[in-house]
Amino acid sequence: MNTKDLFENKSDPILPTMEGSVCPVPLSHKERIVLGHGSGGKMSQDLIAHSFLPQLDNPILRAGNDAGIVNINPTTNLAISTDSHVVWPLFFPGGDIGRLAVCGTVNDVSMMGAQPLYLTAGFILEEGLELEILERVVKSMQIAAQEAGIHIVAGDTKVVQKGKADGVYINTSGFGLIPHNIRISGDQARPGDKVIISGTIGDHGIAVLAARGELGIETQVTSDIAPLNHLVAAILAVSNQIHVLRDPTRGGLATTLNEIANQSEVCICIEEKAIPIRPAVRAACEMLGFDPLFVANEGKLVAIVHPGDANQVIQAMRNAPYGSEAVIIGEVQASPERRVLMHNAIGSTRIVDILSGEMLPRIC
Amino acid sequence: MKYLDDFRDAKLAQGLLAEIHQTAKNHWVIMEICGGQTHAIMRYGLDQLLPSEIELVHGPGCPVCVTSLELIDKALAIASNPDVIFTSYGDMLRVPGSQHDLFSIRATGGDVRVVYSPLDAVQIARQNPDKQVVFFAIGFETTAPANAMSVVQAKALGLNNYSVLVSHVRVPPAIHTILSSPANRVQGFLAAGHVCTVMGFWEYEPITQKYAVPIVVTGFEPIDILQGVLKTVRLLETGEVKVDNAYTRLVTRNGNLPAQNVINKVFMDADQKWRGIGMIPASGWRLRPEFEHFDAEQRFHVEDIKPEESPLCIAGLILQGLKKPSECPAFRILCTPEKPLGATMVSSEGACAAYYRYTGAPSIPAIAISNE
Repeated sequence: MNTKDLFENKSDPILPTMEGSVCPVPLSHKERIVLGHGSGGKMSQDLIAHSFLPQLDNPILRAGNDAGIVNINPTTNLAISTDSHVVWPLFFPGGDIGRLAVCGTVNDVSMMGAQPLYLTAGFILEEGLELEILERVVKSMQIAAQEAGIHIVAGDTKVVQKGKADGVYINTSGFGLIPHNIRISGDQARPGDKVIISGTIGDHGIAVLAARGELGIETQVTSDIAPLNHLVAAILAVSNQIHVLRDPTRGGLATTLNEIANQSEVCICIEEKAIPIRPAVRAACEMLGFDPLFVANEGKLVAIVHPGDANQVIQAMRNAPYGSEAVIIGEVQASPERRVLMHNAIGSTRIVDILSGEMLPRIC
Repeated sequence: MKYLDDFRDAKLAQGLLAEIHQTAKNHWVIMEICGGQTHAIMRYGLDQLLPSEIELVHGPGCPVCVTSLELIDKALAIASNPDVIFTSYGDMLRVPGSQHDLFSIRATGGDVRVVYSPLDAVQIARQNPDKQVVFFAIGFETTAPANAMSVVQAKALGLNNYSVLVSHVRVPPAIHTILSSPANRVQGFLAAGHVCTVMGFWEYEPITQKYAVPIVVTGFEPIDILQGVLKTVRLLETGEVKVDNAYTRLVTRNGNLPAQNVINKVFMDADQKWRGIGMIPASGWRLRPEFEHFDAEQRFHVEDIKPEESPLCIAGLILQGLKKPSECPAFRILCTPEKPLGATMVSSEGACAAYYRYTGAPSIPAIAISNE
């Protein structure tokens, strides 16, 4: 018996007969949305599996990648992605909601090996928002779009009553062309492949958390928000053996690697001391009781690459924008168990799970 | 973080492990008191590296896990009040009460906020004079000084809209309870370093003498824990009974006296219900009569909420070191962090959550990585 049988296929779980003692009845949050459903971790996956996929299922959606791949004609594949941005505060060290809205979608499209071309932008504005703030956000979108070399070609604006939204929410959809010889997808990781991260992890999550001011931490950490399409182009120029690209956003590196392990039906083994983490991010995580492996990034990518090409990919990344701190952090191994293992500095091994719900600071 | 890296050093760890392997001749059952230690043991796989003679069992030192169902239901009732801003340490939001958790209260419109310090809750009270601000003041001796200080500060500021829902527990009475149980297997303790930072370790000296068990004050990093284990094993092998200190960089025999003073000023001893264990006499703290004005239970008239804990929950056995999470039939099957059956699976310090998150991994060799 497994959890899946008990909870996923039946509305009323049938409890197995147990010997001895059992615990009280669980709270499953099946009736209402809680914040954990938006964490990017297990609760988000459950929501997709239970509430979205059964109604909207099709092979493209089911592939579970950062962008859907649509075959337009025998030689042209289109990558389509959409992302809504509700970050608070609207401005934080290293970025703002506008830059995030452009980069987030540019990156999701780029992770399919596509060259992003066009974006749409939908704004939900709260009554009372100062126009000066909106214009700063839009200016920031323009700068990010220019940097990425894309155009925003359609838009929409809705205004809701004061209190029904929090300043500005932005949805962007992105479209890009995938060169016909490229087949990059979460299910392509193969045993022996090297796992590369393009730089330090956790910067965005800690910068935004600190900017909220709620947890009383001050830090010099700035968000890493960046458009990664030029970095992807640099990788693709030196290797035709890039198997997986993914940006570890919500849920962090741990969640992304688990998704890949699951899609590719492999085990991903990483080396703890190889993972680049800024001292300030590590310190903030220590204080709050967070694991940096679960903290969000907005300007990093994970590349899973044929071992023969790993070094040239690393070199190409280090010479490209936003890739100067790229390193190999592990490798893919054949295993019937789809999971992520981490070898610790002191010589033991632990399972790296995905984020379950909302990340919470610990008590002491 | 250079400072912390020293306490995670691979060479130091290997040296300590070699010494432990040499020293341990007999089978010993050692309990780490604190949930933070349990997590460090699992996270760094220390249990995989220790000799088979050393059996680590996990203690009751997870404040979220031992907070009574009754108090959680009271918290939920107070947090549902539309005039209340309910503030809490983050861990408490996921802990299930009889019907709901604080996440559900927030999802249905309750104003529930995570704070990192109770002094932040006092600040929220100052900024929201038209709201009642309640802080969920739980924890062991570690959180007590800050929780007490928030009450002192609120009184000094003349705040009438701040109150605390108090459920403090103390380590020494819990050790007494564990050691006086006829089923006890624990032969030595790693005492919780942060608790001792506040309280010192003189309270543990009579316990070692009464029950003839060594107790070693231990920190939370891998090197700290291995040092604590080594000192405990040495005492056990030589039969010496005393309190030893393996966390000297923070802990002294008498502890932090100003912190103890503020605790004594605000709190007094009280019987306390521990989730999964039951009532332990004089095992907790409540507000002194002169601070009753800040008691949220009285202010919101929730004294009569008295739910009964399921008598079947295995968490109690785990918290007393009588069972391990992996021995629970529900573990990983019915009970996961997303769908916790008990508090020990909920908290980031809970033993079941630590087992769930970190254990079961096959040992893999170091991965040769060249990054030239």
